[in-house]
Amino acid sequence: MGIMKLSTRATTPSKRRRQLTKNLVAYSFILPNLLGFAIFTLVPIVFSLGLAFMSWDGANEISWVGLENFKELRDDTTFNIALRNTLWYVAGTVPLTMICSLGLAMLLNQPIRGRNIFRTIYFFPYVASLVAVAAVWNMLFFPSAGPVNELLRTLGVDNPPRWSASIDWAMPTVVMASVWKGMGYYMVIYLAALQGIPAILYESAKIDGANAWQRFRYITLPMLTPATFFISIMLTISSFKVFDLILIMTNGGPGRATNVLVLHTYNVAFRRFEFGYSSAIAMVLFALVMGITIVQFYMEKRWVEYSQV
Amino acid sequence: MTSLSRTDTNKRTARSTLGRPSLLSTLLIYGLLIAIAFIMLLPFVWMFSASLKLDKDVFRFPIEWIPKDPQWSNYETIWTRIPFLTFFANTLKLTVIITFLQLATSSFAAYAFAKLEFKGRDFLFLAYLGSIAIPWQVYMIPQFILMRELDLVDKHMSLIMLQAFTAFGVFLMRQFFISVPNEILDAARIDGMSEYGIYFRIMLPLSKPALATLTIFSAVFVWNDFMGPLIYLYSESRKTIQLGLRMFIQQYSTDYHLIMAASLISLIPVIILFLAFQRFFVEGIGTTGIKG
Repeated sequence: MGIMKLSTRATTPSKRRRQLTKNLVAYSFILPNLLGFAIFTLVPIVFSLGLAFMSWDGANEISWVGLENFKELRDDTTFNIALRNTLWYVAGTVPLTMICSLGLAMLLNQPIRGRNIFRTIYFFPYVASLVAVAAVWNMLFFPSAGPVNELLRTLGVDNPPRWSASIDWAMPTVVMASVWKGMGYYMVIYLAALQGIPAILYESAKIDGANAWQRFRYITLPMLTPATFFISIMLTISSFKVFDLILIMTNGGPGRATNVLVLHTYNVAFRRFEFGYSSAIAMVLFALVMGITIVQFYMEKRWVEYSQV
Repeated sequence: MTSLSRTDTNKRTARSTLGRPSLLSTLLIYGLLIAIAFIMLLPFVWMFSASLKLDKDVFRFPIEWIPKDPQWSNYETIWTRIPFLTFFANTLKLTVIITFLQLATSSFAAYAFAKLEFKGRDFLFLAYLGSIAIPWQVYMIPQFILMRELDLVDKHMSLIMLQAFTAFGVFLMRQFFISVPNEILDAARIDGMSEYGIYFRIMLPLSKPALATLTIFSAVFVWNDFMGPLIYLYSESRKTIQLGLRMFIQQYSTDYHLIMAASLISLIPVIILFLAFQRFFVEGIGTTGIKG
């Protein structure tokens, strides 16, 4: 008894010391990153919550205004237009990108030669800079003399759309450019998922007499739901953040036809220097993204199938 | 690694049992593949072609894809119109520094998150993960105020501080480190190797593909970043290539041939990087994406 007690008493402090050194070693690994991350990301995140309830031009004193900023949002027509435009952009971009990227992935999943070459080509627009891409798109879709409209005219379309220069067509043009640029990325994710579907499922379905559509509908689509779920969340979040493409292609115009939330936030913050009010707009963006993500997670149980094969 | 070889066998069996498609469907598939490749590449081909034309010929229809008299001098003119070389050097500097810091600090932190047990690990990792889900635009304003307080606005240091310590890098490296078997590390520990020794002599050499992936992601991101420099850099001598390109487009908005030449130049480093390392790109999306 005595000896045992002695030994536990002896090991406890050294055990504790060992645990402490273990912790310290681990913290030393994390510290360089954590320091930068905490100061330049975590602190601003926390601060952004408070800023939305304040009024500040960046120079004079900060004052607490409570919900004033959010009340102001109601009468801000540009904000309301930007909100509606953002939802339009998301509603157009997300499903179109998903359909196109799934189509590309299924095409590339066929027994073909040169799969890597095609995959590289389809993926390339994703890494190309938005500024360069937007510049060339604007020229291709130049209303009066651009090659796209010239082609349409030779095909017999007398009054081709004025694309990014027209109020009605500006948003569809931007959506088209963003689908073209982004689908290669999501195609890669779908392709990886397609290649993970066990061949035996298709074999037994074939033996049971399932045709190509049935195999797609009852094997491919259900087996892809985890990928589809992941992609829909990533894509929704990134679509809500759209900024560069719009700033460069249309700068929110013509009029306010393509003004979106992030562009409005940027203009209010860095042109009008209303930091508090712009934070309130950013909070609306955050609430929207979070809300939709939570709904997507909630709906996950209903349609995503995690099979154990 | 084991999962990789498994999908390989899956693919092989899938091909052998589904049988050869008919000639017609093969032709159809290749036709589609080539048509789509055309749509994806056409804007870039047009860009190249337009960059070699005289201004008045850019919009001539039908398109003259290969200019009869290529104006290579367009590529000289752009360097004299705006300080393109300065923009290039600035972007290169930012890309190298940020990517290096990102690799060093992310992989260092990721080792602790993946292979060490310590107090507060799960909580900290959750904070990292949570921040990935919050769009940067939500907290860019307080971040800007912070940078202004630190007197970093209009300095490259602001962007370095902003982008060198990302949660994404930590997450990507952690996902890779986790797949390294613990037995290897335990064996090294029994041999008396310190955790630092294990990180430098075992983990880093084993994780070259993950490091390459993060390098590509980070370098392409910094090179193409537009909103960060737009907010933080004002002086012409500090601007990056994307800002410079945007400036060029605004100042010479009707010099279409020159805009296309400048755009193409700005794409070249990314094209080289992409073609050289695209394998890591594609695999990186696979591992961080769906396999989780």
